[in-house]
Amino acid sequence: MLKVENLTIRFDTRYGPLTAVDDVTFEVRPGEVFGLVGESGAGKSLTGQSIIGLLDPPGYIAGGQITLEGTRIDNLAYNHLRALRGRKIGMIFQDPLTSLNPLYTIGKQLTETILTHSSMTNAEAQKQAIALLTDVGIPGAGERINCYPHQFSGGMRQRVVIALALCVNPQLVIADEPTTALDVSIQAQILSLLKRMCREHGAAVILITHDMGVIAQVAQRVAVMYSGRLVEIGDVRQVVKHPQHPYARGLMGSIPSLHHQVDQLTQIDGTMPRLTDIPSGCAFHPRCPDCFDLCKDKRPPLKKIADSHIACWLYANEAHHAG
Amino acid sequence: MPDKDTALLNVTGLKRYFDVSRPFLNRVFERQKRQYLKAVNGVSFSIKRGETFALVGESGCGKSTVAHLVVGLFPPSSGKIEFDGINMTALKNRAQLRPVRRRMAMIFQDPYASLNPRWRVSNIISEPIKAFGLINGRQAIIQRTSALLEQVGLSPQDSSKFPHEFSGGQRQRISIARALAGEPEFIVCDEPTSALDVSVQAQILNLIKNLQTKFGLSYLFISHDLAVVRHIADHVGVMYMGRLCEIAPVNTLFQNPCHPYTRMLLDTIPDIEKMGNECAPPQGEIPNPLSPPSGCAFHLRCPQATDHCINNRPELENIASDVKVACFQARS
Repeated sequence: MLKVENLTIRFDTRYGPLTAVDDVTFEVRPGEVFGLVGESGAGKSLTGQSIIGLLDPPGYIAGGQITLEGTRIDNLAYNHLRALRGRKIGMIFQDPLTSLNPLYTIGKQLTETILTHSSMTNAEAQKQAIALLTDVGIPGAGERINCYPHQFSGGMRQRVVIALALCVNPQLVIADEPTTALDVSIQAQILSLLKRMCREHGAAVILITHDMGVIAQVAQRVAVMYSGRLVEIGDVRQVVKHPQHPYARGLMGSIPSLHHQVDQLTQIDGTMPRLTDIPSGCAFHPRCPDCFDLCKDKRPPLKKIADSHIACWLYANEAHHAG
Repeated sequence: MPDKDTALLNVTGLKRYFDVSRPFLNRVFERQKRQYLKAVNGVSFSIKRGETFALVGESGCGKSTVAHLVVGLFPPSSGKIEFDGINMTALKNRAQLRPVRRRMAMIFQDPYASLNPRWRVSNIISEPIKAFGLINGRQAIIQRTSALLEQVGLSPQDSSKFPHEFSGGQRQRISIARALAGEPEFIVCDEPTSALDVSVQAQILNLIKNLQTKFGLSYLFISHDLAVVRHIADHVGVMYMGRLCEIAPVNTLFQNPCHPYTRMLLDTIPDIEKMGNECAPPQGEIPNPLSPPSGCAFHLRCPQATDHCINNRPELENIASDVKVACFQARS
């Protein structure tokens, strides 16, 4: 349904162009929850923003294309983009306080979105807004609709934001760290709500997060990003239980588990490279335990191996044999 | 050498109230009483030498306030903090506190805010050494800071840099080096990894654990992340609304949680092992701490709550030799 092909995002700076997202290709199927994980600075949020056309200058799409149901959406004019946002693609941001306008009641914000994208009357829109709020689990929606965002708790606000993202039945919702600002018990509520609402409205979700646990519980497929590049895409079970790429393996090993105790966590030495000096070849090679000469010279392509796609020279031969 | 099994830190009935009243004139005209936020409301626990005691809970439960009280960043409203037999609450002036303070240190949550941006790393790390007069002589201090930097996995050349030249994980290493500079026996870690990425978190957790075995340190570890706690702690205290609701050894707590709140926390954490299993999310939100519910503070969200829970507050009681739970249901 949504196809992102060879997406490259650059920032022009005094020191020359920085490539923040480099040659990223993936697709999202209708109705699925697609997870995008990575550490901070991996370019996952930029990828999400570029899909909905919210990339802030000086960042720009330097290459590749994004298609939604066959139509290109990465080069749309502003007014076409406005028609698309909300109508076809909804967005849920990390911080529920800053993504709602503090000066308008939540009812006003909901009906505004509904009226912009449909030909309802004011009264009908109001009614739908109340129905939506009840649906996302806000008690006493009839009265609460006239409240301002500051009168809600963080979890309740995020419920309102979810209602706002889904109010005109978009086909795709981009959720950028929707639960990072919330406590675990509220996080569980919001995740199960997000899952249920998207199922009922038939929307696909791109879930951007740094928390593998969240991905494991909610997503069906997952893509792991490292320093602007995709390193592994696959079925969530496969990637979480049997990660293939050395970075994905290290990432999984570094997560402390609730179920068994280990003496030492797997440790990936070093830090993610700065965008100004991404290493040659595979961006992960200076930290990689399995690195060999080829990794330093040539960037590995994303190859299909069994059910997953992996960008690593370790598996290049297997792909060759399989293909 | 003191006995290994004696408690290094003993906290009994610790309370801290914050005055959040409206201004005086408002109170007079609007006929309001003074209002207190009971951030920590009667917390007791003890930490043995060489052990890690973790406090977990959701935001606003008072765990960080306990950390600040223990190192003496603010005084308790009531209760007693005993460090190695010395009653800290009885020490009135700074001169008396000084020798005790040298023996404890703190690592803060935000590595960006806890290092002075205008100081070089060498000054940051040598400050405790100079303040407590541990080493005299410029050259000796330089040697000591270099050794400290190497202990936390940085290089001695880093000592002339400023904090902004480091990443979050490296800054947290600097904080750890500073904490170690006073040669403490006891370190309070207030969410030391919550601002870091998972792979960096793993590095810092490994470092904290290695230092413990190397120097025989005791930790009070504050965290909201149960998986981190499971990895690092020996004993765990679960806090809810300013009170402890369960204290248990780490394996007992994770294998056999007794308090319904602990169970709820364990159930709701998104976990790789529980992949695809849909579990019913818990009901309700954390109540407003200014008007806490009657009886057991958790009764509004508790699936097992009875009338008894609504009217009476359960005290922390032993249900096994090393497990303490504050719940009426867990006892029967």
